Parts: sequence; structure tokens; C-alpha cells
Amino acid sequence: MIRLERRPAPSRAWAWATPLLAVLATMVAGGLLFAFLGKDPLLVIRTIFWDPILGEFAFYYRGQLLVKAGPLILIAIGLSLGFRAGVWNIGAEGQYIMGAICGAAVGLAFYPLEARWLIFPLMVLAGGLGGFLWAMIPGILRTRFNTNEILVSLLLVYVAEQILAWMALGPLRSPDGAGFPGSRNLRHYDSAANHELIAGSGMHWGVVAAFIAVILGHVLLSRHILGFNIRLAGASPRAARFAGVNPGLLVLTCLGASGALAGFAGLFEVAGPAGQINIDFNVGYGFTAIIVAFLGRLHPVGILLAGFLMALTYIGGEAAQATLGVPAAAIQAFQGMLLFFLLALDVMTNYRVRIDARARA
Amino acid sequence: MDLGSINPVLLISALLLASTPILLAAMGELVVEKSGVLNLGVEGMMIVGAVSGFMAAVESGSPALGFLAAAAAAAVLALLFGVLTQVLLSNQVATGLGLTLFGLGISSLMGQGYVGIRPPASPRLDLPVLSELPVVGPVLFSQHALVYLSLAAVAGVWWYLRSTRSGLILRAVGESHEAAHALGYSVLGTRLAAIAFGGALAGLGGACLSLVIVPQWTEGMTAGRGWIALAIVVFGSWRAWRVLLGAYLFGGVSVLQLNLQAAGIAIPVELLSMSPYLITILVLVIISSDKRRAQANAPNSLGRTFHASG
Repeated sequence: MIRLERRPAPSRAWAWATPLLAVLATMVAGGLLFAFLGKDPLLVIRTIFWDPILGEFAFYYRGQLLVKAGPLILIAIGLSLGFRAGVWNIGAEGQYIMGAICGAAVGLAFYPLEARWLIFPLMVLAGGLGGFLWAMIPGILRTRFNTNEILVSLLLVYVAEQILAWMALGPLRSPDGAGFPGSRNLRHYDSAANHELIAGSGMHWGVVAAFIAVILGHVLLSRHILGFNIRLAGASPRAARFAGVNPGLLVLTCLGASGALAGFAGLFEVAGPAGQINIDFNVGYGFTAIIVAFLGRLHPVGILLAGFLMALTYIGGEAAQATLGVPAAAIQAFQGMLLFFLLALDVMTNYRVRIDARARA
Repeated sequence: MDLGSINPVLLISALLLASTPILLAAMGELVVEKSGVLNLGVEGMMIVGAVSGFMAAVESGSPALGFLAAAAAAAVLALLFGVLTQVLLSNQVATGLGLTLFGLGISSLMGQGYVGIRPPASPRLDLPVLSELPVVGPVLFSQHALVYLSLAAVAGVWWYLRSTRSGLILRAVGESHEAAHALGYSVLGTRLAAIAFGGALAGLGGACLSLVIVPQWTEGMTAGRGWIALAIVVFGSWRAWRVLLGAYLFGGVSVLQLNLQAAGIAIPVELLSMSPYLITILVLVIISSDKRRAQANAPNSLGRTFHASG
């Protein structure tokens, strides 16, 4: 009889091995999926995971890698703080949208004044603030009225999407846009644009912010009392209370930090790669970042690596879509599968499999 | 603006139908949560139900087969969640989220060739004699079969949880899985059955959307209804009849805002479209602010992982 036996302490080896095994398992299962769709599985897997880095057109894709990984890492770092403490902010997509709207609105308000030293920093602040305030709604409702933050943060995504549509069609619509939806393109407005810092690299301020977030996140979790409190509250809420951790404040801190980081990500995206506020501005980074956070084991360095891997599936997915006709939705299913395998294999970190030769008495 | 164009009889009739997907999904989730499992994948199961039901109905020409396929496909997806959380002991919140993300992806993949097709019509069920009553007849007794089914589900779940032995065991498992296990009841079996049932109802709800209400297949067409169903279970404080009330409240708001949009009222369309979500949040706040009342009927083991050690 096979049974699971709880390990006295989580296995470190398995904790590192499970993400890798999950990626391998996803490649196998994804390959079957692609074969089922009538594609050559090996070719698709190679197009997604190999060609963007080392293939013939890699020079083009490599830049895209940073563009996609930046927001994913930035958002996931924020989410990981909350997930560690048992605070479930799953509405990062909404905070991302609100950050983009607030930041872009500030930039557009100054149009056509040219003063980059003033306008761009103000936009960054407004973006972070927008995401922060949007995340404070579930935060305050949770601490003040005991309302479930999972549901509120998620429902607010749909509200934010409506606000985005309203902004794109109404207040922020470009007066020169001939009636088309969408704001002015911020990339054509030098004081507000989030340009590439090194041409062709994909490096922009959002990616810089993501790297800073990784370093700060690592220092916070391993060296700072707040990081200790977060880990303590996640491991044992009761012990945390005895240690004097204020649970309400911790909830607000986690939600606020993740909201602000998602807001930053939104602002850097709207001022850079996306360029304008439009109805289809958000593409689900806020949700994919949840997978990134778990795949990175809620650890800043892990999230950095996971962010690049997820970015790779986006870019490789687009390439596979263009050259092999693999549907875009397949990549989304592929990403969801990855999370499943990860969660399933995680059992090995905390439990060990025992096979009893004979039934126990 | 012409508010006179809003016909109250049609409004109530539309409300009953519009609430049905959420009511079905919420009833399923109620049973799941009563067994102590928090499945956040309702949205994913609904959308997979919507697409599977649509495909089966289009291919077979029979809406009934479509509904069956929807329930079966969503139940299979739910069992995936069940195996992960119950056998492999994964975190329920994370796995539920994963189920939703996976469901949204796989559904748009499955539905690729089905965009823009009309499904076979599923006729209203006119109850003889009753449907000919003036005013009340068309409102209450000339609805789609699923509307009656959803009401039967409410009554059935209420009766099952309250008056049957198996319902009592399910509640015991949800209150204290250690105690239920010690008494010799199968925690795993009970929970897997509840999860599959919850999936089937969510799938039916999804198919109700794609085959009856819209009726068409579009990507992401559930538009957060699965999450609202989850909120309504909390709103109903885990009681079947209050969940019914919550679902109809939500249905009422969404039908009313659509009518106001059509009537051309001077409120931005986007504000009207977000109103169902805002009102859901509002009622959630009102219900949960009274901590003792909100938690009184909540299953004690909700969301906790069960591992029979030793």
C-alpha cells in the first residue's frame, strides 16, 4: 500500500527540483496537446523554448524577453510577499490597469509641455499610487469589515476593466484620434515616454524597477524584521500574534506593496511597450504573475528565473503562432498546466512516499 | 431616455433566466464548501462547461446532450482539482486559481472553430395550463427547463444537507475532518464526490450561458460569473435559500442595468456594466462585517488540508 508520510521539515532538494520537474512534465504534456492539435510536438517545443534564445532570429526575440519578463517579475515579487503571509491578492490585473490609467493621466495632463525631469517621475509616482489605492480597497475591507480579500480583489479587476474602457473611449481619448478609441501615444511624447535604455535590448525603466524589486525583496525577506513577520504570519498566524505582529497592518502592507508594484508595472507598460491607454491594454500579466510567483517558489531569485521562463513561453508562443499556426490560447493552457504540475509535484517537498510491503496491522 | 420601455413582466422573466448560471454554480460550490473544500476554480469549470456544452450541442444537434456534456466535462476538470488538493495535498487556493487559469486557456483552445455559430435552439418549457395564466404565467411557468432545474437544485441541496444521512456525513467532514475520519467516514471519498458534483453544476451553469442566454460561444464569456457565484455562497452564509436570494439579487441588478443601457439612461455604459460587481462587493461587505453571524454557518474545516497520519 502506498501512503504519504509527512517530512519533519520540507525537503530543500525537492523544493528546488519541483519547478524543474514541473517544466519538464509540462513540456511532455504540452507536446501531447500539440500533437493532438496536429502539430509536430518537438518542433513546437523547440520553437517556444529554444529558438527565441538561440535560434536564427534570436536577436529580435531577446529584446522581447526583457519587455515581457519585466512586468511579470515586478508584479510577482509584490504578490509573493502576500502569498507568503497568507494574504491572497489575486487582483493584480486590476491594480496594473489602475496604475497605468493614473500614470498615463498625469502624463497626458502635462501634454505638450516638455519637462522630462518633472513629468516622468510624477507619472511613476502616480502609477504606483493608483495601484496602491486600488489594492487598499480589498485591504481596508478585509481589516475593517472582515471581507474576503480574494473575492474583492478579483471582482475589482472587472471594475477596473470597465474604467479602462471608459477612459479609452471618454476622458483620456486622444483629441487627434479621429474618433478612434485610445489615448495619445505616450511614446511620441518625449517627456512621458518610457524609452528603451539600450537600443535593441528591450531594457526599459520597468525592467530596471523589476531588478530593484528582486534585490529589495530578497533583502526584505532575509534581513528585515518585516520580512520575518511576513514569513512568520504565513507559517503560523497564532505564533505571529504572540510575537506582537499586528495582523491588520500586515495585510495592508502586503496588499499595498503588491498593489503599488503592479501599478508601477502598468505605468511602465503604458508609457513604453504599449504606448497608449486603450480598451485592449491589459493582456493578463496580473494573472500570469500568480503563476510566476508560485513557479519561483515565492522566492525573489526564483521569481526572477520564473519570470524569464514565462516571458519565454509568451514570446515562443507568439513565434509558434506565426510560423506553425499554434493557436494563442494553447499557450495560456500551457501556462495553466505548468502551475498544475508544480502544485502536484510539490507534494514531494513536504511528504515522502512510503510503500508498505504488507498491510499494517 | 425612456424608462417606460422597460416592461416589468419581461424584466422578472429575464431575471430568472439571467440568474440561473450563477445559481447553479453557487449551489454546487455550496455543497463543496460544506464538505470543507474551497474550490476557487468555479470560473474555470463554468467556462469549460460553456464550451463543451456548446460543442456537443452543435455537433449532435441536441441541447440536452450539450448540457450532459457540459456537466461531465466540468466534473472531470473538478476532479483534477480534487486529486491535486485531496490526494496530492496541494494548497486549495493556489490550485483553484490554477484551475481557473487553465480552464480559461483550454476553453478558448477547444472553442476555436465554434466562434460565430448559432447553437440548436433550446425551447422554453411551457407548463400546461399554468403558463396561460395572465401576467404570472409567462413570468413563472414559461421558462427554460434549466430554470426549473436550478430551483430543484436549491430545494434538493437544502433537503440533502438538512435531512439525509449522507448530507449529515458531508457536513461532519466539513466541520471537523479529523473527527469524521476517526468515526470511520471517508473524508477523501466524500470530498471528491462533492467536488465532482460542484463541477457538474458549474458546468451546467456555463452551458446555460452559451446555449440559452447568449446563445453563442465567445472566449471568456463567463465574465467573472464564477467569482460572483463564490461571493454569493458567502453572501448566503452557506444556506441554500439565502444563496437563491443572492443569485436573484445579482441577476436582477445585471438585467436591470442592461435594460437601463438599452433605454439610454444618462449614466455612462461602463458604470452600468460594473454595477453588478460593485453591488456584489457591497453585499459581501455588509454580510461579513458582522463577524459572528457571517461565520456561524461557515464550515469549520473550510480550506484546510486533510492528511490522515499514522
